[in-house]
Amino acid sequence: MDELDRAIVNRLQGGFPLCERPFARAALDLKIDEKTLILRIKTLLDEGVLTRFGPMYDVERMGGAFTLCAMSVPAEDFERVAALVNAHPEVAHNYERAHRFNLWFVLAASSREAIALLVEKIERETGHRVMNLPREEEYFVELRLSA
Amino acid sequence: MNPIDERIVRATQGGLPLVPAPYARIAQEVGISEAEVLERLRSMLADGRIRRIGAVPNHYALGYTANAMTVWDVDDEAAGELGAAVGALPFVSHCYRRPRRLPDWPYNLFAMVHGKSKEETKVCIEEIRMLLGAACRRHDLLYSVRILKKTGLRL
Repeated sequence: MDELDRAIVNRLQGGFPLCERPFARAALDLKIDEKTLILRIKTLLDEGVLTRFGPMYDVERMGGAFTLCAMSVPAEDFERVAALVNAHPEVAHNYERAHRFNLWFVLAASSREAIALLVEKIERETGHRVMNLPREEEYFVELRLSA
Repeated sequence: MNPIDERIVRATQGGLPLVPAPYARIAQEVGISEAEVLERLRSMLADGRIRRIGAVPNHYALGYTANAMTVWDVDDEAAGELGAAVGALPFVSHCYRRPRRLPDWPYNLFAMVHGKSKEETKVCIEEIRMLLGAACRRHDLLYSVRILKKTGLRL
């Protein structure tokens, strides 16, 4: 990552323009051209510095439901269970964490009922309990990391 | 959800096309005009269905290797006020109140802390502990070991 990559990551975490040539507009602020910006973003995605580039949707405001789930999985069974969980398209994020509860994932679905069914399904498929922790209140959600 | 909005979400949830006119490309895919795509995205941004449009970085790749989910058991009556205070700390990216699941899980306040080293993260966690004071009965830290999946929303 060079200075330009850092500037792109730091300044384009939000506010990407809604206009006909958004890359050209954003490139102007960065004092580069459209082609360079597109190429840089492609490379940052390929290298895994960025996981996505585009709109971040709020599932609940879209009329859907989401929840955080945790499982306590024995080490020898971990990879199998993680693969079974990941196979569901409703699993948006999945992290391994250093804790007795070592598998933490976010489920996004069309409704609370769909979430409940999915939790049961994952329990059946994996043979392990799923702890379902839906958010009751949100205080702050704005990820702004500096490169 | 409006079926046209839904088609726009489906067309963009994996990311914007990396072409000079990405919204025109989406319009083509959805079968509406570019102006309508822009109008609908603007309204989703205005009412919060879209949080923001841009780059979603991978913490690890940016050097944030000490990412901890910190969990706290705080008085229910104080949770709202304390959650807002914790959420306002600059190193906290997400802060939520969630249900306890006793006896396995006594924690009701969750705060995600991102640091470039465990030492840095420890200082941040200590700051949260001081802020919560006596209202917090116990807490725990869950460092992330690896990302198993991170795709964002998929309809």
